[in-house]
Amino acid sequence: MARLGRPLVLLLAGVYFLVPLLASAVFTVDVPGQGLTLSSYTRIFAAPGFSGSLLLSLGLAAATVALVLLITIPAAVAARLSAPRLRPVLEIVCTLPLVVPPVALTAGLGTVLRWGPEKLSTTPLYQTFVAVQNPDFPVVLVLAYAVMALPFVYRALDAGLRSVDVRTLVEAARDCGASWPRALVSALLPNLRGGLLNASFLTLALVLGEFTVASLLGFQPFAVWIVQASGSDARLSVAVSLLSLLLTWVLLLALTTVGNRRRTPRSSRTSEGKTSR
Amino acid sequence: MTGGSPAAPAATAPARRARRRLRPGGRLAALPLFLVVGIAFGLPALAMADGAFTVADGGYGLDNVTRSVDGAYRTALLGSIELSALTAAGGTLFGLLLAQAVVSSRGRALREAVLTASGVLANFGGVPLAFAFVATLGNAGVLTTRLGLGEHGWSLYSFWGLALTYLYFLVPLMVLTVAPALDGLRVQWREAARDCGASAWQYWRHVGLPVLLPSLLGGFVLLFGSAFAAYATAAAMVGSSVPLVTLQIADALSGNVLVGQENVALALSLDMVVVAVLVMAVHLPLQRRSTRWLA
Repeated sequence: MARLGRPLVLLLAGVYFLVPLLASAVFTVDVPGQGLTLSSYTRIFAAPGFSGSLLLSLGLAAATVALVLLITIPAAVAARLSAPRLRPVLEIVCTLPLVVPPVALTAGLGTVLRWGPEKLSTTPLYQTFVAVQNPDFPVVLVLAYAVMALPFVYRALDAGLRSVDVRTLVEAARDCGASWPRALVSALLPNLRGGLLNASFLTLALVLGEFTVASLLGFQPFAVWIVQASGSDARLSVAVSLLSLLLTWVLLLALTTVGNRRRTPRSSRTSEGKTSR
Repeated sequence: MTGGSPAAPAATAPARRARRRLRPGGRLAALPLFLVVGIAFGLPALAMADGAFTVADGGYGLDNVTRSVDGAYRTALLGSIELSALTAAGGTLFGLLLAQAVVSSRGRALREAVLTASGVLANFGGVPLAFAFVATLGNAGVLTTRLGLGEHGWSLYSFWGLALTYLYFLVPLMVLTVAPALDGLRVQWREAARDCGASAWQYWRHVGLPVLLPSLLGGFVLLFGSAFAAYATAAAMVGSSVPLVTLQIADALSGNVLVGQENVALALSLDMVVVAVLVMAVHLPLQRRSTRWLA
């Protein structure tokens, strides 16, 4: 049975996972009445809203990566070096976001944002509420994405930290006269390259594909734009989806290759589903 | 969450010196993280709980929570649970078969290729996935039109269409979860069982499956949670023609239904959190247990 079963299982899996991709490609180039054409792809750059939404997504991604690394690196390093009792606390705090689905988080965020006009309109805080919702660069999304990326980033960083002798490294740097920030940046961080890359890639992929929070709060980054564009031009949106998919995959494949070559532990690979569905 | 952090080893003099020098970083270093989590996660979570229990006259009560498990909302909640349970079961079964097919094959290249592809596909979700399936099996989809599936009553924008789509990221997720456990099944165990006269079935029944069980159950609840929380795929694909709790929350939030439903949306969100907490409460211990055989 095993002799027959294995090829059958592999064949079925191959069909199931390849057909939607191939069919999408066919769908974009084979237009009824026009024959084969690449117009779905050449139209992309001229499509209204394309570059604006893509730039917004890239900006949000860069800001989120910066923010989430900035808050997790010191915390994770401190938990390793000087405050071991911090570790279990950090683990719980960084796991918590997994318990609240993005839709539910958005419902809560929306409620908090409504406090601005309802309760705080006479206080200086009101301006803050307006500023974080600036449609040109909604800081509130950066905050939400940082929280959503936190579990994956923390785990990737923690795995990276586990594979180097943090104490000896920092100690050696300090004994050579390096200042505390210098020891962190020049001695420790280069050794964490694998974990940091991993964390950044996962965050980048999460933000570029994120739809739920942005669409429900009324902003229009890339994923929201694709859905809106699909109403008037289905082929265009499938073409863009396919391209964004390829881009994400190239990123993640690069990450897996880097991870394999550097022999980072299995747990730090992309083994967790991200939260953009 | 792990029982007790490892006690600091008896510090040698230089190590102690280094520790003292690092002290200023100390716990303060975690402050920015706690601040961001407090503002972007704690505040919304509190607002959700507060709103869910706030009733029409401004006091607290259970009205919203009661309404969130009644009528159309009840249908949506049950629909989500049904879809998640079904797709998680399917994902577990197919993921196990695929992982076993790969692990038991001699070719290293095949194994690496499938595991890498799984890592990539498990991260595939949301809008692009929805559009790939619309282009394939939607009303004007390539397969639908070429094979005439429409005449046979096929519709992607249904419960089963959604289930088929979800499996696209759930099966790879299961392969990643269960492959290490399958690797942990030692060849010697099977040989020992055979030498003692056990049939293949008896080996699986008494050795293989019991060892795999924590991984399989842990994987199942992980898949369940993943499908349960999914919103983007369903929203981009079916709109709100299939009753799902995430779609109901979105509807209530964007004011597509009666005004004043926001608090019911918050109560529904709270229901989701309860389910997600249950999922994690089952998943985390099982995950820890399953690693026992992989050491």
